[in-house]
Amino acid sequence: MASVTFEGVSKHFGSVKAVHDVSFSISDGEFVCLLGPSGCGKTTTLRLIAGLEQATSGRIDIGDREVTYLNPKDRDIGMVFQDYALYPHMTIADNITYPLKVRGLGAAARRKRAEEVATSLQIANLLDRRPGQISGGQQQRTSVARAVVHKPQVFLFDEPLSNLDAKLRLEARSFLKHLQQELGVTAIYVTHDQAEAMALADRIAVMEGGRVVQMGPPLEVYRQPATTFVANFLGSPPMNLLRVRLELTKQQAMLVGETFRLQLPQISERLKGVVSEGEALIAGLRPEHLHMANDSDSWSIAGEVYAIEPLGPEALVTLKVGDSLVTARIFGDEPPKANVGEKAYLLFEPERLHLFKASGERIP
Amino acid sequence: MQQRRSLLSIPASLLFLLPAGVFVFIFIILPFFWIAAVSFTNRTLTGRTAVDPEYVGLANYLRLFDPDRFLRSGEFGASLVITGQFVFFSAIVGQVLLGLLLAWFFFNRKGWVRETVQTLAILAWIMPDVVVAFAWFAFLDRDAGTLNQILSTLGIGKPDWLINLPLVSVIIFNTWRGTAFSMLLFTSAFGSIPPSHLETAAVAGANTWQRLRDIILPLIRTHIITDLILITLWTFNTFTPFLLTGGGPAFQTELVSIFTYRTAFKFFRFGQGSAVGMIMMLINLVFAIFYLFLLRRQQVKL
Repeated sequence: MASVTFEGVSKHFGSVKAVHDVSFSISDGEFVCLLGPSGCGKTTTLRLIAGLEQATSGRIDIGDREVTYLNPKDRDIGMVFQDYALYPHMTIADNITYPLKVRGLGAAARRKRAEEVATSLQIANLLDRRPGQISGGQQQRTSVARAVVHKPQVFLFDEPLSNLDAKLRLEARSFLKHLQQELGVTAIYVTHDQAEAMALADRIAVMEGGRVVQMGPPLEVYRQPATTFVANFLGSPPMNLLRVRLELTKQQAMLVGETFRLQLPQISERLKGVVSEGEALIAGLRPEHLHMANDSDSWSIAGEVYAIEPLGPEALVTLKVGDSLVTARIFGDEPPKANVGEKAYLLFEPERLHLFKASGERIP
Repeated sequence: MQQRRSLLSIPASLLFLLPAGVFVFIFIILPFFWIAAVSFTNRTLTGRTAVDPEYVGLANYLRLFDPDRFLRSGEFGASLVITGQFVFFSAIVGQVLLGLLLAWFFFNRKGWVRETVQTLAILAWIMPDVVVAFAWFAFLDRDAGTLNQILSTLGIGKPDWLINLPLVSVIIFNTWRGTAFSMLLFTSAFGSIPPSHLETAAVAGANTWQRLRDIILPLIRTHIITDLILITLWTFNTFTPFLLTGGGPAFQTELVSIFTYRTAFKFFRFGQGSAVGMIMMLINLVFAIFYLFLLRRQQVKL
């Protein structure tokens, strides 16, 4: 078990800056998710830790050892790939213990260790089968077993759940979280699924364009997104973002949208010096913080009903507000009754409002 | 399991097969039976037996395997021994192994060296036989040949390749000629291995040799067997060395294909030549069945 530290690490492929000047530090036993859309550099970051790519510049440490230029085999890591990478010509037992075989461990000792690991992962009855004869979930566990068999210091996961069907994925997710806590080993997990990252991670690092945009505990990232990109990436459905214009007078601050005017008495203090009169801003509202009403209020936005989607415990209500759509999650047994095209209002509490500059960065 | 429905009805598909079928029948199936029949006669090109061949039973075959002369120079057994050496060194060791090593060496490597070697290898493979044979004739010439010019500059001497080392020359020639196919086949086989398989091995700590032995070779086993089938059969049946040495000197490079040719078309003993052809076909069949057996065993294991 060990910490992992990045210091100004960059990886360029020709003119493409896959990872650019990334620094972070992951402490011993922590579970960190690298989250972002495809092409954001999260997988390259993971491969840099594994040693499958070499950094163009910067320094990578695992524990108290610099590993920037070490081969994968000298880094003491275990890795689970998206396609599991099980060898079709080997039995499950041979697959699991392959890292021990190349280290020269004898057959009997390997078998014993395979049984130990397989038992803890509930695949002990499959040891003599081949990968083609077991299910996707079992293949995934075999792949995890192979990654843990030589007790590495750091686990690396490259989207290990994306090849499983939706139901199995939830099961495997709980299983991975449990396993990581049981082993207490440092884990770095790449995913593009924000729900997976929220559920698993001690901390999430959101990446965009080769940089880490924000890194913090899941709820902090969720509640205080540093940019509109993060706000839009986390949550399902994501945060509603609306273009507004700020009207500042001596007495009050006013946000003017296409169909609403919001007066900001309490928070006007924190805007002073940060924004200026007439500036275009972006207002953010999480769908679960919006409530439906028939009448306007000083904290409401008006729109026309665009769609109502009942999901069981909740319903998604989407209003058309000017040119944009605003979605609200309305909780309750009965979905709200409204017809498409009807006028409706969404209410919220003023402290739930997020504000971003037009460039995307958060206004505190 | 869902049953596959064919696109065409059976009569319609037979109709489409017909044109090709006619040619296959005329040029492959009919000659096969004709040769099988002729191999039991004493048919020749000229003379009485050209017009009226007689049925001689197994006489042609018995003559081929006559223990007194079987291994004598210029006879069938000697020719088989030469072919065996030729196939082993120029097909299995030369083309398959060298092709595998070349593909392995250039696997995951880019740059002009790879491009140059691959282009040259493919060029050697696609050039017409006669052109190639002439080029090698010039290359191996004792006095003016490129090879001996180089060797004598290095002070090694000037062997007369086609006279003193004919089999070695032909083996090197055939290896040079055919390695491109194996190299291409193995290059594509390596390309079909998912990168994560090799990366997993790298993370697990396997060195280059362990990766080759434990991961790569087992994963491309079917490609290796397919390549072995094709290369063995092609090399066994090849006639191109005739253009270099004519089977000589003193029958030293007389492969069975050349032996067949000499029997049938130099002495015009068609019956005898057909018998050799039948034996060659049986040997081909044994090779093919053996390799197909290996292939099938592999599939059952998976």
